[in-house]
This record gives sequence, structure tokens and C-alpha cells, in this order.
Amino acid sequence: MSTETKNYEPGMHPALPPPANSVGPVRWMRDNLFSSASNTFLTLLGVYLVYLILPPFVQWAFIDSVVLGAESRKECLAIMGEDRGACWSFVYRRWGQFVYGFYPMEERWRVNVAFILTAITIAVVLIEKLRANKQILIAGVLLPVASYFLIVGGSFGLVDVPTNKMGGILLTLIVGLSGIFVSLPISIMLALSRISKLPIFSIMATIFIEFIRGVPLITLLFIASTLLSYFLPPGSNFDLLLRVLIMVTIFSAAYIAEVIRGGLAAIPTGQYEAADALGLSYWQSMRLIILPQALKISIPGIVGSFIGLFKDTTLVVIIGLLDPLGIGMAAISTTEWAGLSTELYVFIGLFFFIFCFGMSRYSMHLEKKLHTGHNN
Amino acid sequence: MSGMQVQEKKTVTLGSLWRDKKSRGVIMQIIAVIGILLFLGNIVSNTVENLDRLGVKVGFDFLTEPANYDINQTLIEYDSSDSHFRAGLVGLLNTLLVAACGIVVATILGFTAGVLRLSHNFVLNRLMQVYVEITRNVPVLLQILLWHGIIIHSLPVPKKAEAIMDVVFATNRGVFLPQPIPQEGFGWVWIALLVAIVFAVLFKRYANKVQVETGKLIPAIWIGAAAIVGLPLIVFMLLGAPVEMSYPALKGFNFKGGFVIKPEFMALWFALSLYTGAFIAEIVRAGIQSVSHGQTEAAHALGIRPNFTMRLVVIPQAMRVIIPPLISQYLNLTKNSSLAIAIGYMDLVATIGGISLNQTGRALESMGIVLGIYLFISLFISALMNLYNKRVALVSR
Repeated sequence: MSTETKNYEPGMHPALPPPANSVGPVRWMRDNLFSSASNTFLTLLGVYLVYLILPPFVQWAFIDSVVLGAESRKECLAIMGEDRGACWSFVYRRWGQFVYGFYPMEERWRVNVAFILTAITIAVVLIEKLRANKQILIAGVLLPVASYFLIVGGSFGLVDVPTNKMGGILLTLIVGLSGIFVSLPISIMLALSRISKLPIFSIMATIFIEFIRGVPLITLLFIASTLLSYFLPPGSNFDLLLRVLIMVTIFSAAYIAEVIRGGLAAIPTGQYEAADALGLSYWQSMRLIILPQALKISIPGIVGSFIGLFKDTTLVVIIGLLDPLGIGMAAISTTEWAGLSTELYVFIGLFFFIFCFGMSRYSMHLEKKLHTGHNN
Repeated sequence: MSGMQVQEKKTVTLGSLWRDKKSRGVIMQIIAVIGILLFLGNIVSNTVENLDRLGVKVGFDFLTEPANYDINQTLIEYDSSDSHFRAGLVGLLNTLLVAACGIVVATILGFTAGVLRLSHNFVLNRLMQVYVEITRNVPVLLQILLWHGIIIHSLPVPKKAEAIMDVVFATNRGVFLPQPIPQEGFGWVWIALLVAIVFAVLFKRYANKVQVETGKLIPAIWIGAAAIVGLPLIVFMLLGAPVEMSYPALKGFNFKGGFVIKPEFMALWFALSLYTGAFIAEIVRAGIQSVSHGQTEAAHALGIRPNFTMRLVVIPQAMRVIIPPLISQYLNLTKNSSLAIAIGYMDLVATIGGISLNQTGRALESMGIVLGIYLFISLFISALMNLYNKRVALVSR
């Protein structure tokens, strides 16, 4: 009875499962990994490469490593028996310095509060629901001002903390975040002047942007540390961190200006003409019609520049500021921790990777979300 | 009456000038020029005053004074009694060398990774993704330091170095290779190479012509490559191999003779190539993806084989998208080579903008030279790129 075939109306037969050899992991592997001799060879080569790199790294970084126990590299070696694993203890012992630099111990709560305020600001800027509420937005954007007073001190009864005490992740965030916040308005101005019909503005903006983009950041930082004092009125002597911030700001402003110029170029001429036809003034049309659209499509590019700027903050170590890399280099030049350079670079690398990878994912997400309207 | 009013309105006042779009533009530009001039004037007067106060002379005469410092990698002859100018030249050549080597390797790496990133092979495309994401998201300075550390710490000291194939020694003072020293008559080999290159180019053109006219395919690339390799080799053999090899040999604490690749150079080279290669991979991937699938399908419909579809249809169109950002990555690599200073590779910034600056105190002039050279390189390459863009720009119909 079971062999009896049932009769179906034409077209009513239920879909049969695909033939067994065209689905499932075996089929997938044959299609993707071993479809041809060269493909098989490349697959095996890839697997061999992973085998060559991954297990020894895991062994070194996790299995054979010493994380908390040791007070110095010697103790690390004593625990491991021989020099075969990573010694992460110095990260643990110097954690405070990695985060705050040489910020006075009893004042570190101020930095923590500033970190929280900054996190709130970032959340407000990134989360659309919060951003939509104007009051929350304004409050969020004003929080960095509060952070500034908290970190620098010298007012509201807070003790003044000199900038050379600031270091570590705190310094990276100061340079990176203030660089991006201050450079955004400057870069909008630069982009608008570069495409302006008034020749003087466009020439000046072009010269400025091309000059800054044509030279390496490190030379600009050298100018900040050696030359800037020549250009200022005699006797004025201002802070190295501030000088670096100025240079980093104009550097990222030039790059972001080009991103925004790209966004402006992508706006159809009809939008400009429509704004003119409505009788809007130049600034009104920019503020209400052009910039909102241009900035929207520039956001992924701006995030990209910010990732670049964030990575470039490590260069300040070359002119003697103590970012996490500088703190770490100072740590491994002491007798206790000498020779742990690989651990240091891997640790700092991981720190930057987490931040930058996160941001690049966010930017990809934005790109997908913003891919609407007339840009196909 | 109404004519009178119009006449009255035409009287020029400041207010009317401001309300008129054209004249307002002129006024704003004049204000901007005055502002910039005041700003620059202020800087110049400050600088003059500061220099006066410090008693520093301004001028480029220091370039002819002896530099009095050693450079560990020199492409042209140099010793510490040579001038600062020559030291700077050595530095510039070192910058260009590492940039050129880096560009070659980064391009190969980037194109390979970019193409593999699109492959159906799961292992390969994930591997490439991991490579791209890790190197792109870690500061390049850190990568340079890491590679330098790895080379210095993992390679043996010269005394303990073991020979690879009897003649190559990898040590933490550098990799020592045998160096061919051309003898008399070697010039003919260069000439043969030049002739072969000219032949290859002309032959390729001829082959293209034949293909356009008759549709016949001539493997011009292979023939050209054979000529470029073969002709100099034949000349070399006919001349009786006019080359003497200099082999590295251990003397005291280090190797003498042969050709040495310094660890600083290697670290910088690896790090810059890997870092830039990751960016190039993304550019290549985006470029290939930008060619619409219809193009591939159309080529297949015409009966063009997949291999040729890639070479004749997809890649030429992708190149239009790939080249501009690729060139800007090359520029970035060149600019990033200035991080050499962190590991003591003596490039332009480390020589004239570093030690020369510190020894002579001529900060203004030294930094001016360094900035000027980088700016020249950047603008020169941008100009070339603009030319290229004009040539390949889509002609819209």
C-alpha cells in the first residue's frame, strides 16, 4: 500500500526536497572550497596559514601567559618557567596610567565623570530617537564643555591639573574627540569656500586644503612642537597639548572638508536652483536645503576620517606626549618590565582595533541606512 | 517721475552695495584678503622679532656645512664630513626607496587580497577579511614598531646567524645577501634590457593592431616578457658573465661585504606594505563590484570566455574606479613613511628635519625644505592623476 502513488491535480504536487547531493555541507564544501585543483590548493594553503599563525598565538597570548600575578618580568618568567608566553601583568599593574596618564590619583573621579558625560554625548549624537529631541541634543552637545572644565580644573573649586599630567586613553580621547568636534564647523566653512563662486575664497581654501593634505601629520606636529612658538607674539608660551590640538584640528579639518565637498558635489544642481527660486539667501539655502543633504551623505566619509584621526593620535608619542603607547613605552623602559615590547604593541593594537573596528561597522550600518533617495 | 525715482535708487550708498549680491561678494573678498594679509603680516613680524631676540640667522647657508653625523643606510656615497645638503639628499632617496618598494608590495598584496575577498572560497575570503580588518584598524605607527620589534628580537645576532643556502644570513643587524658587482662590459646588459623593453612595447602595439584588424590573438605579453628576460641574459652570457660576487663574511661582531637590508628598512617596508595593502584591497574590491553584473552577462552572451571577460571587460572598467583612490593610497604610503623616525630609519624627516635641524638650530629652514619636498611630491602626483582622470573620464552621451 505504501508504494501506491497518489494522484495529484496538475500543479498541485508538493515541492520535493532537492536531491541529496546538491545540498548540505558536503555539497557546499565541494562548491566553495574544492571546486577545482587550484581552488583546493589555495584552500589547503589558507588552512595551513591559519594553523601556522593561530595556535602559537593563542598559546602565547592566553594559555602560557601570566596575567595578574607578577610584579615584574622576572616574576613572570619564574611563573612560566621559561620565556614562552606573554606577560600581561604590566598592563594590569599600570592600568591606572594607561587610562589616566599621570592625572593626580585623588582627582581621577573627575576624569571618570568626564568619560561618562562624553559617553552620553556620543549616545545622543548616535541614537536617532535622542537626537530628534532638540533640547536633549543641545544638552548633549554642551556636555563636552562641562567635561573640559572638569578635566582642566582651575574653576568651580576644582584643583588645576596641568596638561602634561594628562596621558593614556584620556589623552587619546582628548586629542581625537576635540579634534573632530572643533574641526567639523571649520571643515564645513572650508568646503563651502572651496566651491564658492567668489574666487578669493575658493583659492584660499584650495591652497590651505592642498597644503595640509600634502604633508605628513608628523611634520605638522614637529611644527607644533618646534616652530609654532616663533609665529606667536614674543613671550607668549602656550601649552604643548594645546599646540598639538590646533595642528590636529586643522589637519582633520582639511581632510573632512574634502569629504564634505564630495557630499556637496553629489547634490543635484536642481536643489541649488530650487533654493534660489524660493528666494532664500545664500546662508538660508545652505542651512536649510543644501547642507542637511550634503552632510547626510558625507557621514560615512566623516566617520572614516575620524577613524583615521583616531589612529593618528598615536603620532603624538613622537613629540613626547604620553598617549597609551607613550605610557607603555615608558613602562617597558623600566627595569621591571624591560623587553615586553611585543605585549605592549599587541595590547595597544587591541585597544585601537576595538574602537576603530566598532566605528567602521557603525559607518557601514549608516551607509546602508542612508542609501535612500536619489543617489543610485 | 518714476524715472526720477529709479535714478535716485541708483545712488550708491554702503547699504545698497551690501544688498547687491555682486558688490557684496567683492566687498567680502576684499575683507578676506585684508584679514589674511593682516594675519600673515602678524606672523611674519612675530617671527622676525622672535628670531632677532634669539639672535638666530635665517638663510640656507647651513646646507653647505658638514653634517657631522652618520646615516646607516645610504644609496649614494656619504660620510659624516659631507654637507647637510647631501645628508638631506640621502634622506630623500631613502624615503623614495622605501616608498617605491612599499608601493610595489602593497599593490601586489592589495590586488591579491581584493580579488580573493570576492572569491567563493570561504577560507580564503575570510582570511583576507581578517587581514584587511586587523591591519586597517590598528595605527600604522604601532605596526611599524611591532615589525621592528619582531625582527630585532626574533633574528639571531650576527655571531649566531646560520647561513641560508650558504650565502644568505638573516641577523638582527640586517639580512646579508651576496651582491653582484658589475665588471667592465656590464653596460651592454643594460642596453640589451632597454632594447628588449622598447621591442616589447612596440610588439604589443603591433599585436593590438593585428587583433583589431583581423581578430587574431598574438600572445604579445608572453613574447615581450620572454624578450625582456631573455635578451639581457643572452648578452650577459655572451660577454662571459661580467659580474663578480661579493659574499658576506663574518668579521668581528658583524658581517662585512655583500648587500645588506637593514632591519629598520625591512620593518618599515613590511608595515607600510601590509597597512596600505589592506586599504588597496578594499579599493579593488569596491572597484570590481562597481562594474555592473550586466557587463559580465553581456560578455558571456557574446561567447567571451570567463578569463577574457575578466581581463577585457571587467578589469578595464574597474580600473577607472580603482586608480584615483589607489594613487591617493600611494601618496598616503609615502607620507606615512615619515614615521620612519620612530625606529631610526634615516628618511627625509629624520635627516634634514631631525638631526640637521637639531644640530644647526635652523628649524624654520629645515622644516620648510621638508614640507616643500612632500608638497612637491603630492602635487606632482595629483597633477598626474588629474591628467589620467581626464583621459579615462566617461564620455556621457
